[in-house]
Amino acid sequence: MAEKFDAIVVGAGPAGNAAAYTMAKAGLSVLQLERGETPGTKNVQGAILYADALERIIPDFRDDAPLERHVIEQRMWVLDEKSFIGTNYRSDAFNSDQPNRYTILRAPFDKWFSGKVKAAGGLVICETTVTDLIQEGKKVIGVRTDREGGDIYADVVILADGVNSLLAKKAGFHGELEAKNVALAVKEIHFLPEEVVQSRFNIKGNEGVVIEIAGAVTHGMVGTAFLYTNKESITLGIGCLLSDFKKAGIAPYTLLEELKAHPAIAPLIEGGEMKEYAAHLIPEGGYKAVPTLYGEGWMIAGDSAGLVNAVHREGSNLAMTSGRLAAETVIALKEMKLPCTAPHLARYKAALDDSFVMKDLRKYKELPDILHGNPHFFSVYPQLLNRAAHTMLMVDGQDKHSKEKTIRGSFVEQRSLWGLVGDAYRMWRATR
Amino acid sequence: MHIVVCIKQVPDSAQIRVHPVTNTIMRQGVPAIINPFDVFAIEEALRLKDRFGGRVTVLTMGPPQAEDALRKAIAYGADDVILLTDRAFAGADTLATSFALAQTIRKIGEEHPVDLVFTGKQTIDGDTAQVGPGIAKRLGLQLLTYVSAIDALDLQGRTITVQRRSEGGVQVIQTRLPALITMLEGSNQIRFASMDDMFRSARLTVPQWNKDRAGIEDVSKIGLKGSPTVVSKIFTPKPRAVKAQMIGADLDASGTANAILDILGSRHPRLAQELGLIAP
Repeated sequence: MAEKFDAIVVGAGPAGNAAAYTMAKAGLSVLQLERGETPGTKNVQGAILYADALERIIPDFRDDAPLERHVIEQRMWVLDEKSFIGTNYRSDAFNSDQPNRYTILRAPFDKWFSGKVKAAGGLVICETTVTDLIQEGKKVIGVRTDREGGDIYADVVILADGVNSLLAKKAGFHGELEAKNVALAVKEIHFLPEEVVQSRFNIKGNEGVVIEIAGAVTHGMVGTAFLYTNKESITLGIGCLLSDFKKAGIAPYTLLEELKAHPAIAPLIEGGEMKEYAAHLIPEGGYKAVPTLYGEGWMIAGDSAGLVNAVHREGSNLAMTSGRLAAETVIALKEMKLPCTAPHLARYKAALDDSFVMKDLRKYKELPDILHGNPHFFSVYPQLLNRAAHTMLMVDGQDKHSKEKTIRGSFVEQRSLWGLVGDAYRMWRATR
Repeated sequence: MHIVVCIKQVPDSAQIRVHPVTNTIMRQGVPAIINPFDVFAIEEALRLKDRFGGRVTVLTMGPPQAEDALRKAIAYGADDVILLTDRAFAGADTLATSFALAQTIRKIGEEHPVDLVFTGKQTIDGDTAQVGPGIAKRLGLQLLTYVSAIDALDLQGRTITVQRRSEGGVQVIQTRLPALITMLEGSNQIRFASMDDMFRSARLTVPQWNKDRAGIEDVSKIGLKGSPTVVSKIFTPKPRAVKAQMIGADLDASGTANAILDILGSRHPRLAQELGLIAP
């Protein structure tokens, strides 16, 4: 006898867990299927947790969630080959009772989140891959798994199976991911004793530091790097657009090796023991690349729906929010005793449009195209900025007015006056 | 036929790290798995059940989180599981552990008499291979260690024939039931659970037995009190400083032999004297 549920959630990442938890807590019968051995084993992220999105799902998550450090300082660095120029923002206000950003390790965090799903009454089955959606005409009525007797039915299926959503592709809900719309990121976690992490970053207790990095390390490709402090380790990673990697013919790990050897980074990870490495695709196509988000008996959330704000390095919060909104849509329909047809599930799209998720994606909708067409943002400007700082700081007998002139000259020489004006205009348009 | 399989949840030793400062084992974040050798025991028991019918009960002693291992056993197709858990068992060595497990199997047998007990050949965290034999001795079971295959089982005649790996080769042994078998690695491959068993596993409430439920009265034989083993020192072995020495392949046979003798002679002067390589 095949099982039937109110809802099946495919995937146990932030979107899937948010959806499964929200529905289970509301008393719906929920089955969540995950292909990993335990939730979290297949999931990769930097990772920064933005408290707000989780707080709206589990208000008291701080009581028992495995959090690494709360972020009190954000650095933004622009690197050339030898140097970096950057900004710092550090505030004791981030040391509140309810900090808003944390570094996390996804394996323990996802396991915790999944525990909440189970405690709320959701049925979680791991090591089971959904191979197909069972459709009756256009309507999705269940899933087929890779196990014997693996057909399971539900009123609605929420796809949260990650960036390369094979299910959505197979069912024809969206096409193949385009290389220009997806970034490939690699990272390593370096173990260091807690005291060393604290002293190197001038932090105490569970305070944490985040460094966002751009510049020469990406070889002019559209991409950024990052360094996050965990309790007893440092996460270091770098990612660029897949299409750029292909064009440049550079392997991602080469970039990571160069980043680790950079004089600005090397001292921060010195003596660390590398204990984990991972690679992941990030959907960065933005607003224009978001596929259809719902249909007859199905919705799609998180990375599988391309909901990532690449400009602000946000993804898991969009994932959790979309998972929650999908779940709330199902709950509302159940309460009104309405079937999960496409016209009814349109509420999910409306709720997303009304949230920061789509508002933010819309705000930056032109940015991917502009960055594709203007690679100098990632090559020329980092050089110029570093050279400018160097020129101003060198006390070498040259007067300051001449130095300014030299710097101005270097900018105009590299980009021409119109180029500079155009770049400024394009950036203004893309981010206004 | 009733088979009891004893398993242990162990930290995945492939992923254990040693703290660089304190030299202690860091268990934090290391996934817990079913002792890999025990997985062969589970599968062999399930195969006998497939052929001859009956039931398979999987038993483990451990902390409450060991229920994950039993949940997995249910997914593979075990009929019942029992988690033997009690603070009184804490700190048990192999002597105290085999006492507690033997007592529990005796208790299980009161309801459904046990024909066979399976264990893995050893655990990957303790490496002693003592618990299985300890149980067999206490329960008076025929003991078959390092079994690689089961050739025949005769439920009427109450005999079992197995292949057992020994130093000289393979022994084919027949013995009478009830028996305890410790399984060798590589003897079978664990099955891919059906969706029904995955549901059964996900919905299972794992039955927990404390020492009273297991009928254990003598607390001096369990836990730390019942464990005469003393850990006197734990240390990380230093990597060997001496490296292998390479001798070039460009010499002929006698040249190579002489080169080896020269090296031996320089390391062991007395040996060199005895061999007459150098004058006394």
